[in-house]
Amino acid sequence: MSVKGKAYIAGAFEHPTRHAPDKTVAQLHAEVAIGAVKDAGLTLKDVDGYFCSGDAPGPGPASMIEYMNLKVRHAESTELGGTSYVTLASHAAEAIAAGKCDVALITLAGRPRSEGMATGTAPRARPADQPEAGFEVSYAITTANGYGMCAMRHMYEYGTTSEQLAWVKVAASHHAQHNPHAMLREVVTVEEVVNSPLIADPLHRLDCCVISDGGGALILVRPDIAKKLKRPLVKIIGAGEAVKHLAGGAFDLTTSGAARSGPIAFAEAGVTPADIKYVSIYDSFTITVVMQLEDLGFCAKGAGGKFVADGNLISGTGKLPFNTDGGGLCNNHPANRGSMTKVIEAVRQLRGEAHPAVQVKNCDLALAQGTGFQLATRHGSATLIMERE
Amino acid sequence: MTRKLMSPVVNSETKAFFDAARQGRFMIPVCTACGKAHWYPRAICPFCSSDNVEWREASGKGAIYTFSVMRRVKEPYVIAHVTLAEGPTMLTNIVDCDFDTVRIGQPVTVKFEETEDGPPVPMFKPA
Repeated sequence: MSVKGKAYIAGAFEHPTRHAPDKTVAQLHAEVAIGAVKDAGLTLKDVDGYFCSGDAPGPGPASMIEYMNLKVRHAESTELGGTSYVTLASHAAEAIAAGKCDVALITLAGRPRSEGMATGTAPRARPADQPEAGFEVSYAITTANGYGMCAMRHMYEYGTTSEQLAWVKVAASHHAQHNPHAMLREVVTVEEVVNSPLIADPLHRLDCCVISDGGGALILVRPDIAKKLKRPLVKIIGAGEAVKHLAGGAFDLTTSGAARSGPIAFAEAGVTPADIKYVSIYDSFTITVVMQLEDLGFCAKGAGGKFVADGNLISGTGKLPFNTDGGGLCNNHPANRGSMTKVIEAVRQLRGEAHPAVQVKNCDLALAQGTGFQLATRHGSATLIMERE
Repeated sequence: MTRKLMSPVVNSETKAFFDAARQGRFMIPVCTACGKAHWYPRAICPFCSSDNVEWREASGKGAIYTFSVMRRVKEPYVIAHVTLAEGPTMLTNIVDCDFDTVRIGQPVTVKFEETEDGPPVPMFKPA
């Protein structure tokens, strides 16, 4: 069974907050849910499917279903870290295609900024029963030094430079200047990125995404429901997933799971990278973008550094406009999970509702790509291709 | 080493490894069905699904596959993946080195380092 054309994204909402010390995580989830159903022209009473990930308070989806007083006939919690929301959009489309729900709600929210979390530089707590824990916790792998190892190997194999990586941040900052909600709105230069302090070689502070509170939500519906609502029609036409890992010790760190999830999504959609007008690419770090662009086929493997250089990702001037909200690098990385905002900005672009300064002309085909967990050990990847009807 | 290392979790699948580590012996799991060594150690071979996995003492030699110097912490350190002479690549730290001279491809040898209140763990130093 294919999801192609079986579900539409009818509602999308990004919480405007980036700092929410006086709100609970459950409250933020409910606020983004209400924002998304309003955007669609629906209410929470219409929701009959709920999808969340590990950021939702309580075990699995039950606590949030109760908090919002939903009556659902389909519920799912899937934990794949930051990519979970691209994955869940795909799963919601599957559930709708299978007739298991008609109006699916996906929520994300969190407050790592208010909680003072050292997101990138301190090892994350992990359950003792993780089978690999005995061979990882003592080495203090963190988000930043794990992605640093990937960047280091990419530079070694392909000659990628810090200046090329910096262009990813520069492009994001060009977009963020137009987003009044973005955490970092100042346009930066390549020099400013490479002269910012090293966090974990070869990644500098400005190669890293922001730490923000907030959240976002999506509403997916059956085609006939979408056509009765008053929103532009954004149809899901392809989705792919993968989990890449260390494979018993026989692995490489220069490709991401996008090398598998991408081709699955393109095949289902029946389109090629050359057809895509806009991309949202998970940008936990600059290197994350370069690797995923290569793995999705927007350029050859190893050519990502050259591809992103010289403003090629800047809307209006570059060949492949990306993350026109400013992305995780400048706008928002709510709950340390960046793929919800990736889908939301792709929906804005397809609807023609992005900021006029960054709106891609005739944007009828967009891709959202997520990566979750740790690129240097095990990570989830999800690719979603959407079409404006 | 002054930096405190979190103790590894020891379970029934890995007790033999850490018992040997306490004696300074670096063991790796090798499948007697397919002949392959794997990492991280587990009771079921990830390559052929056999449960005929046995511990063998490794050479302790390897080469750095990749690394990153963690700078923005109180006590900087080098995280790395090291490819062992026996085949598998493992997550580890590089110790007893000048951070600025660490290179991909550099030959290294195993060195056990004490953890806070658990068994020692294998790290690597320049060969």
